[in-house]
Amino acid sequence: MDSLFQRSLDDIIKGLRHQQAGESAFVSKVLEEVRREIKSTDSHTKSTALQKLTYLHSICFVDMSWAAFHAIECISYPNFTHKKVGYLAISQSFQESTPVILLISNQLRKDLKSNVEVEVSLALECLSRIGNLDLCRDLTPEVFTLMASSRIPVRKKAIGVVLRLFGKYPDAVRVCFKRLVESLESSDSPPIVSAVIGVFCELASKDPKAYLPLAPEFYKILVDSRNNWVLIKVLKIFTKLAPLEPRLAKKIVEPICELMSKTGAKSLMFECIRTILTSLAEHESAVKLAAGRINELLIDEDPNLRYLGLHALAIVAPKHIWAVLENKEFVIKSLSDPDPNIKLESLRLVMEMVSESNVVEICRVLVNYATKSEPEFCNVILGSILSTCSNNVYEIIVDFDWYVSLLGEMSRIQHCQKGEEIENQLIDIGMRVQDVRPELVRVGRDLLMDPALLGNPFLHRILSAAAWLCGEYVEFIRNPVELMESLLQPRTSLLPPSVRAVYLESAFKALVFCLHSYLKSATSSDHSALGLSDPGVSKENHITPDSVLHLLNLIDMAVGPLSGSYDVEIQERARNILGFTELIKPVLSDSLHPQDERHKQQVEASKMVRLLHDTFSDELGPVSMSAQGRVPVPDGLVLHENLADLEAVCGSSLPASSATISFEGSHNVEGATSIFISDQKEESEPSSESTSLLAEHRKRHGLYYLPSEKNTEHHEANNDYPPANELKSELAEQSFLPKRKSKQVKARPVVVKLDEGDVLPISSKIPQAKDDSLSEAVRDVLLGNEADADTLTQKAAADSVIRKKGKEKLNAKEQEDDLDHMDSQSGTVQNPVKERSKRSSRKQNADEGDHGGDKGKQKRRHRHGKHRTREGVQNPPANVISQTPVPDLLL
Amino acid sequence: MIHFVLLISRQGKVRLTKWYSPYSQKERSKVIRELSGIVLNRGPKLCNFVEWRGHRVVYRRYAGLYFCMCIDEADNELEVLDIIHHFVEILDRYFGSVCELDLIFNFHKAYYILDEVLIAGEFQESSKRTIIRLLSTHDSMVEMAKEEATSIGNMIAQVTK
Repeated sequence: MDSLFQRSLDDIIKGLRHQQAGESAFVSKVLEEVRREIKSTDSHTKSTALQKLTYLHSICFVDMSWAAFHAIECISYPNFTHKKVGYLAISQSFQESTPVILLISNQLRKDLKSNVEVEVSLALECLSRIGNLDLCRDLTPEVFTLMASSRIPVRKKAIGVVLRLFGKYPDAVRVCFKRLVESLESSDSPPIVSAVIGVFCELASKDPKAYLPLAPEFYKILVDSRNNWVLIKVLKIFTKLAPLEPRLAKKIVEPICELMSKTGAKSLMFECIRTILTSLAEHESAVKLAAGRINELLIDEDPNLRYLGLHALAIVAPKHIWAVLENKEFVIKSLSDPDPNIKLESLRLVMEMVSESNVVEICRVLVNYATKSEPEFCNVILGSILSTCSNNVYEIIVDFDWYVSLLGEMSRIQHCQKGEEIENQLIDIGMRVQDVRPELVRVGRDLLMDPALLGNPFLHRILSAAAWLCGEYVEFIRNPVELMESLLQPRTSLLPPSVRAVYLESAFKALVFCLHSYLKSATSSDHSALGLSDPGVSKENHITPDSVLHLLNLIDMAVGPLSGSYDVEIQERARNILGFTELIKPVLSDSLHPQDERHKQQVEASKMVRLLHDTFSDELGPVSMSAQGRVPVPDGLVLHENLADLEAVCGSSLPASSATISFEGSHNVEGATSIFISDQKEESEPSSESTSLLAEHRKRHGLYYLPSEKNTEHHEANNDYPPANELKSELAEQSFLPKRKSKQVKARPVVVKLDEGDVLPISSKIPQAKDDSLSEAVRDVLLGNEADADTLTQKAAADSVIRKKGKEKLNAKEQEDDLDHMDSQSGTVQNPVKERSKRSSRKQNADEGDHGGDKGKQKRRHRHGKHRTREGVQNPPANVISQTPVPDLLL
Repeated sequence: MIHFVLLISRQGKVRLTKWYSPYSQKERSKVIRELSGIVLNRGPKLCNFVEWRGHRVVYRRYAGLYFCMCIDEADNELEVLDIIHHFVEILDRYFGSVCELDLIFNFHKAYYILDEVLIAGEFQESSKRTIIRLLSTHDSMVEMAKEEATSIGNMIAQVTK
């Protein structure tokens, strides 16, 4: 008598609606009931419980995997109501991995064979939702039978299920494909055609090539059908097929254009536009027509159409930028549209329009928009400026001074959260572009000077870059003393330790530079007759003895307290600076007062300072990502061995050394620092040593290096960590001049590029094995049809087609050619894997061999979407023609 | 292909979910949370498409109910809007000026109607009349089954007395 007191689904729904707060308590109570009721042997009680559970599952996301078996029991009940509940539960809750899923195979088969149409529908729907490999394999024959059912709704559903069958069990193609193709021609019942086209549309989106032979059938539907649902799908199929076969594209252009201008349905019109823009972009007149239609969409009231208009422009942009430029005003206006989607889309378009000539103007507009917009969109704008400008090693930037100051400006925008990206670019530009360093340092100095910026945590990364740049290229600083002051200002305590460490290191570099130029100017004033003057030391950064004293005091005051910092990076750097000042002070303070002995002292001081200065002024070059890999492993060095011995070796030495560090006090600073100096001196030597080693290695093992001569230069450049100017001449000749010769007033500075390692390796997309086997099966079936047929009948068919066509003169030899083509096609079908691997290896080679301007082009191609890449890399047109004989039937 | 269909009320309550692509239970609730956050917060005069995780979500509001469908990038957004409208029209015709409560209390019927419009994430039937006809056959089957059950139930009840 369970059922008498059982709560119905309605009760649960009402109960849930009346719960204000304790919903979860109510749900868990119901669940408890359900758990009890579902075990009942009474079919009604059980199915009601299951229905309640399904409801909770789909609305409140209650787990119901535990009830899987009960659901299977329900579908086996003869009563339709119960069966229905079971099916709903299964299609809502089963996953492919549900353990009991195989148990329903028999029940599904029974229902698929049922005479009751509704039961068949239920079973088909269920299969379309949960079918896995085993189910699909077991039930393929039943679905195949249903595909020829006289009942249209069943037939239609069976066709829909085929998609799932093919996806999970590719061998089903061998059984069902022929019938599927036949259904294409059942023009008497539109729902069937609609369903079949839906299936082909989905199949073709994964591997269009396999369905090329069916182009005539699709073409017929395109011309004959009046059903918009069907037409949209057919257009989608042609979008995929047209790029593979130029003759097909020629053939469909006209009907599509006609459709586009005739139809009143916006959805169909948009699909026509999209098809033309994606796949028929070579047909100028069609694109012009489509562009006209886009203009209509853009001025429409409906935001949907405006959005789609912009979207269409984004599709056409890579090939026909004029269509975008025509609507430039509108696109820029859309940046302030209330709809964030439209804003994003127009931003993308604006970025598409960017070129060398207008990058300044566009960035100006965008930065203005960014300052006005809300934080999120502001950062999207900034992000896209940064990524566009830095694309392919700053390809579009000519005036780096401008770009660097733009970076500075962007960092000051209130909502800017792009600190990390700006930091990377500042440093990257500093390393690559020598000519821009003075401007970089100026921008960096302005950022460092502003105490307000230190309070914004998003800017810390940028400040770190600025500090590093000012320290590294300190020779361009107008007033180093001022720089030191800003690097050591009290508010730097707001910085995170890692950034602070950079500040200290930069302060150290700046200090050394100041002292060096002070001593230098002192000597050169002595020997002014000899005309010794350092070009780096201009009149402006002339250091007076007073300022040196001031600096030393400043350091004592600001860095002194940091020697006890808990952060090791800060502590170490602080101690380095303090040690150095301690060492230099006595020598220097004498030299600050004119005396007789001054000369000797000064020589000693300047020797020390010069040593350090030389260390710091050694330029850091960019390093290829693969540089480490090229360092040869010395003989006898085993890299893959357990490091257990290391502990034994280090065990004794480590504590000792740490002890000396901790006891290092002010009394032996001198010694410690001198060690430090000599360390630094030694550091510079191994680099040259390793360079020569590398060069030698190159000579001996030339075959491991890339072959071309150009590359050789690049490699040496990489290994040597060159100063930027050494590369100037070669690089300019190789990659920049040809492109940029045209009327430039200001020459673009040299940007150091490495031949590899700059660009992340492009991972070639490997299609899934499943798709592979599916398309293979489809090809087999399509070609199998032809192979099955007698060669004679085939020849006859070909003949008749040729006669029908009549326009071209074909002789017997060409027929033979056609047959040959078919053979060759079946040949290619058999080893698509091989073909693919060949292709990918070719691509790889191209990647490796590329550099300079070539690389730029390639990267661009990648940016512009898949279909272009496909076209470019994979299909030499001659090949396509020879591989696809069937469209001959069409043309 | 349509990856899933969602019906969400203005208050963020889920009224119907149908998944055509595999999503685990965890993912499902995450998707719903994320999307209802995005869709419900969009103003009335904005476009009906949302870019979301490499897919596109097309939604349309009818009274207090948002109908959302998630599709591939290459699919036709306007077509999906038409599908949504088609579905709503059928609901309307079936229930007779449909309201949210109809869907709440007849959730299994709503699923059945949806199954007639879509199969395996593909649009399958554009004729409203056909669908209504199928639904009425379905309903009469249910009625028959119910009658049968009650009569058998009566019999059993009598036997056990």
